[in-house]
Amino acid sequence: MTSELDIFVGNTTLIDEDVYRLWLDGYSVSDAVALRVRSGILEQTGATAAVLQSDTMDHYRTFHMLERLLHAPPKLLHQLIFQIPPSRQALLIERYYAFDEAFVREVLGKKLSKGTKKDLDDISTKTGITLKSCRRQFDNFKRVFKVVEEMRGSLVDNIQQHFLLSDRLSRDYAAIVFFANNRFETGKKKLQYLSFGDFAFCAELMIQNWTLGAVDSQVDDMDVDLDKEFLQDLKELKVLVADKDLLDLHKSVVCTALRGKLSVFSEMEANFKNLSRGLVNVAAKLIHNKDVRDLFVDLVEKFVEPCRSDHWPLSDVRLFLNQYSASVHSLDGFRHQALWDRYMGTLRGCLLRLYHD
Amino acid sequence: MPGKLKVKIVAGRHLPVMDRASDLTDAFVEVKFGNTTFKTDVYLKSLNPQWNSEWFKFEVDDEDLQDEPLQITVLDHDTYSANDAIGKVYIDIDPLLYSEAATVISGWFPIYDTIHGIRGEINVIVKVDLFNDLNRFRQSSCGVKFFCTTSIPKCYRAVIIHGFVEELVVNEDPEYQWIDRIRTPRASNEARQRLISLMSGELQRKIGLKVLEMRGNAVVGYLQCFDLEGESGLVVRAIGTACTLDKLSSPAAFLPACNSPCKEMKEIPFNEDPNPNTHSSGPSTPLKNQTYSFSPSKSYSRQSSSSDTDLSLTPKTGMGSGSAGKEGGPFKALLRQQTQSALEQREFPFFTLTAFPPGFLVHVGGVVSARSVKLLDRIHNPDEPETRDAWWAEIRQEIKSHAKALGCHAVVGYSESTSICEEVCILSASGTAAVLNPRFLQDGTVEGCLEQRLEENLPVGCGFCHIPYDELNMPFPAHLTYCYNCRKQKVPDVLFTTIDLPTDATVIGKGCLIQARLCRLKKKAQAEANATAISNLLPFMEYEVHTQLMNKLKLKGMNALFGLRIQITVGENMLMGLASATGVYLAALPTPGGIQIAGKTPNDSSYEQHISHMQKKINDTIAKNKELYEINPPETSEEVIGSPIPEPRQRSRLLRSQSESSDEVIELDLSHGKKDAFVLEIDDTDAMEDVHSLLTDVPPPSGFYSCNTEIMPGINNWTSEIQMFTSVRVIRLSSLNLTNQALNKNFNDLCENLLKSLYFKLRSMIPCCLCHVNFTVSLPEDELIQVTVTAVAITFDKNQALQTTKTHIEKSLQRASTDNEELLQFPLELCSDSLPSHPFPPAKEHLESASSNSGIPAAQRAVTVEKASPMGEGNFRNRSAPPCANSTVGVVKMTPLSFIPGAKITKYLGIINMFFIRETTSLREEGGVSGFLHAFIAEVFAMVRAHVAALGGNAVVSYIMKQCVFMENPNKNQAQCLINVSGDAVVFVRESDLEVASTQQAAATCQPLCTGGEVTT
Repeated sequence: MTSELDIFVGNTTLIDEDVYRLWLDGYSVSDAVALRVRSGILEQTGATAAVLQSDTMDHYRTFHMLERLLHAPPKLLHQLIFQIPPSRQALLIERYYAFDEAFVREVLGKKLSKGTKKDLDDISTKTGITLKSCRRQFDNFKRVFKVVEEMRGSLVDNIQQHFLLSDRLSRDYAAIVFFANNRFETGKKKLQYLSFGDFAFCAELMIQNWTLGAVDSQVDDMDVDLDKEFLQDLKELKVLVADKDLLDLHKSVVCTALRGKLSVFSEMEANFKNLSRGLVNVAAKLIHNKDVRDLFVDLVEKFVEPCRSDHWPLSDVRLFLNQYSASVHSLDGFRHQALWDRYMGTLRGCLLRLYHD
Repeated sequence: MPGKLKVKIVAGRHLPVMDRASDLTDAFVEVKFGNTTFKTDVYLKSLNPQWNSEWFKFEVDDEDLQDEPLQITVLDHDTYSANDAIGKVYIDIDPLLYSEAATVISGWFPIYDTIHGIRGEINVIVKVDLFNDLNRFRQSSCGVKFFCTTSIPKCYRAVIIHGFVEELVVNEDPEYQWIDRIRTPRASNEARQRLISLMSGELQRKIGLKVLEMRGNAVVGYLQCFDLEGESGLVVRAIGTACTLDKLSSPAAFLPACNSPCKEMKEIPFNEDPNPNTHSSGPSTPLKNQTYSFSPSKSYSRQSSSSDTDLSLTPKTGMGSGSAGKEGGPFKALLRQQTQSALEQREFPFFTLTAFPPGFLVHVGGVVSARSVKLLDRIHNPDEPETRDAWWAEIRQEIKSHAKALGCHAVVGYSESTSICEEVCILSASGTAAVLNPRFLQDGTVEGCLEQRLEENLPVGCGFCHIPYDELNMPFPAHLTYCYNCRKQKVPDVLFTTIDLPTDATVIGKGCLIQARLCRLKKKAQAEANATAISNLLPFMEYEVHTQLMNKLKLKGMNALFGLRIQITVGENMLMGLASATGVYLAALPTPGGIQIAGKTPNDSSYEQHISHMQKKINDTIAKNKELYEINPPETSEEVIGSPIPEPRQRSRLLRSQSESSDEVIELDLSHGKKDAFVLEIDDTDAMEDVHSLLTDVPPPSGFYSCNTEIMPGINNWTSEIQMFTSVRVIRLSSLNLTNQALNKNFNDLCENLLKSLYFKLRSMIPCCLCHVNFTVSLPEDELIQVTVTAVAITFDKNQALQTTKTHIEKSLQRASTDNEELLQFPLELCSDSLPSHPFPPAKEHLESASSNSGIPAAQRAVTVEKASPMGEGNFRNRSAPPCANSTVGVVKMTPLSFIPGAKITKYLGIINMFFIRETTSLREEGGVSGFLHAFIAEVFAMVRAHVAALGGNAVVSYIMKQCVFMENPNKNQAQCLINVSGDAVVFVRESDLEVASTQQAAATCQPLCTGGEVTT
């Protein structure tokens, strides 16, 4: 006796969260059944393995049919074929677009192209995430990217509107899109200590302050591309390190203000010029795409690592950066205050976030 | 020119890409009704076209309005080649034809293609302007309401229940016409869909005409089926119960009627029951009467039933047993004659209803059924479907005579079905023989003035169990005892019926689904030889199914079956029998004896040991089941648990202790223990298997109950969470060494595994009950068995459930004591007008507890007819609280039940009767057979929901999947499936919303909510 056909269709579509997770994680039906058996469900419910097999198949089939709709979540809301309560719809969408930290760290900042897709095999082996799941996550990134890439308006809002994701997840996707678009390097060994959260935090600050959208909310690509004019202008900041008098003056103002307040005062005093040169040079170079990509590498190399090697506590870094940015205002002869604030305000936030072990 | 149909095409969405180059579609719409077609403009390059067309107007006869569906075709415009069809929508406009239902159909409909499935949606508005037409000779029957529900619909009152209506129409099946060889599968499928839609409309119209002739205004329990007879054609047939219904507009309307003088006269029928044996006759061996007939093409039937069937149209009134006739006298006789004549005017006194207004059902005789094997021949003249008519007439005649043999003048819970394999067709009909109260059957007699009295006067929920036949002249051997409830009348030892459990029946414990499953191999044969072989097998199958049911019932410790449905399916090389019913313990019937096993070779000691081991197992199972289903009959509980098979002596002692019954009873009861039905003789391995299979049925996991009736006895605090589902399984038998035993085992496993899967899938709903579990078996090919199950899972509140059961038991205990008292005062009470009203039947008790939420005073409720309705009748103004306005797609509930727990149905919008074909030539790509059928069933649900939503409804009740014919050809990568579903579209309002609404209304009388209510009134 073999089962040729075996289906269950409810007027309200049944969604088993556990099976959904297994499906999203890319397990085959037989693996999923094995995992479910191991979870002790048979003992709890008194079911047989055959029942479990049939149930799993059924759910997988449903998910497979739903997947097409999940690619465009508003369709899931308007379609008539599956009657699913709104809370369940939200859960389906949210889980479908959720991603693994390990995976996103591999892909973040890479071009979402066929080439990268080919590397998914390696990523799968490296992260232990099934290839199927990697593909889903990659395709999600790419799909969201394609849809919102050239859209007007706030990136987060666009994502939320077109994919019906939670605020939290929309922000994460905004970061992914932003990173993919600007191709920030995140994979270097020295950046390995950083989490996706760190990058997402920086992305949000940069979107808020450094993109076109920060100055004009009515342009295409406003949140995705950096404000070219702003990057152009950043050259002007070079004077802070190029003009020796200005540099000395800046140092003395900062040192005066911080004397006795830092546990690493002497190290700071010794390193001030290097650090300042590092930060200002990063700004000045951002005009080149190549250097934009290396932004995080540079920040870590030029600032995070030197401070870390001198064992600056985070509180000292904060005090220093605050003072360092603020004291520019008291430098006579420096005319780019606004520009400096736009640059340094964001950078300070990023650096504080990046500064950890 | 009695009608103008107006259609507006608003917009489309989610259309498929039809032009690969642009990834877009140039869509336009054709709107067709009858022979008239209109077109919209082409909306270029969009997947979400906004046509916003003018109103297309069709001027048509109302006859056409009833027959024809509105056909909407969405096409992709192509400049150079033929336009490509995207898909179609068929809209049945029947609901617009009677005033109380929907006034407009408006909404998003899935665009359906028989090859691709659903391809986007289209927004359509449909209206009908009907002109009054006084032509007496008209062929239309606009205005007759149709209900699938097999009880009086919730917001109506039955003035008169007229009786049986039936009709059938035949045609050639387009799939088998010569043209089918040259046209595309799509064209063929569409021709079929259209034809069946047309035939359904015609059938409905014709039935409507019959109803008008009977002066009714509605058909309740409308069941339409189609028979795919292959080469010989397509038959669409329907049966139903014609009624005159009154809309319950406001409770006040009844009050005057209650004071009318006819009350005096009318209440007498209800004293009938306490009267002993005025007209006794008897049921019990429920499946007694069957007839198997087979005939080459002209049929004759070979009666195999034992009794003095037909004839004796005169009631057996006077023939009661000696002890009878203490009173009642002339009046009763008169009444009986009245009933009799009321029913005899009808050709077939059949009722498709399974639940009845209180007092309608007086006695139940038992199940009557008839089957007949026919050879199909080509239907030569579709306008003269005489052969098919004659076949059914013959079967109905048999049913009628069986009922008569049981001393009954009517058949309730009546249904008909067919099973077709190649050119052989088994026609089956079954129902429950019953004695009815004439009150509802005659014109001009009663108005519903009795409701209030009625509820008081009903006997304590055992009347329907009392035998209607003559005790001394029983049509079959039965074992009668005095009713355990009232002690006044005789009852059989078991009762089988096809109806739902009457709401006033006293039940102990909970019920459960009981199934008998059976396969019989049959040699492949042609034509007549085949038909003969089948008719020879049928009696054996019936017998075995019956034995299995009886044994399983005893094993559960129960004594009655409700909702019994026996399906015999014919295949190329086998016959399958599947009987489903809900077992219960009726307090009025005696405690069932156990099952005793007897060996044939008594000298073998190891064998003896084995037997006794089995016996022990069976006894344990019975004891366990009694515990599981909470069967603790109040007085006899210790004895029952102590010894499942009471010795005859014990039993008689038992009886005597309960009541001072006469010697006669003891004698009768003595024979009880000797009865063969209780003894399973194990004489060969076959029998051994049978016993084993008895024990293999596993009870549902804890927290689950199941039944195939509307409501589960013993559970009544339903929450509002419901889940309707359809599950289909097909298994392939290994063709090697197929034996009856192996076949039985396979089939049994299939059903059991299916149930297990359901329990597992629905585990999140625990505690829950699967209600209206409906199994259908088909044999699509040689080695394939297909089982389709549709049911609804309803959660209930566990704590409350326990409480109510407790009160329930207390109640019955209390009743038992009152009964004894009553016994003494018996003659007095008979004459007295006011019977004590305290022994409420438990069902009613729960009814009240259920409706107490609705905050409607009990007094108001008492005057309403609908006893089964879980809610009261006030607050009518709020009926059209907008259903689910907030979400993008409104939720539409579907349920095979006639009600929605925790909600009140405020409006019936019309019948939904839909037929779909889906075919694929890329089976693998669509996920194989499972993927294909899963998607199709989901689409069917979606289309039903969309139609209901467009009518303004938010639920389908009495939903049924009447047919699911699946054929596959994996080698060709093809599959095809036909599905036919029906139900009643309704508007319901949550009881909680009702309360809110009523308070709101009280606060602010002229709010939009209120006006909204009046629009639809």
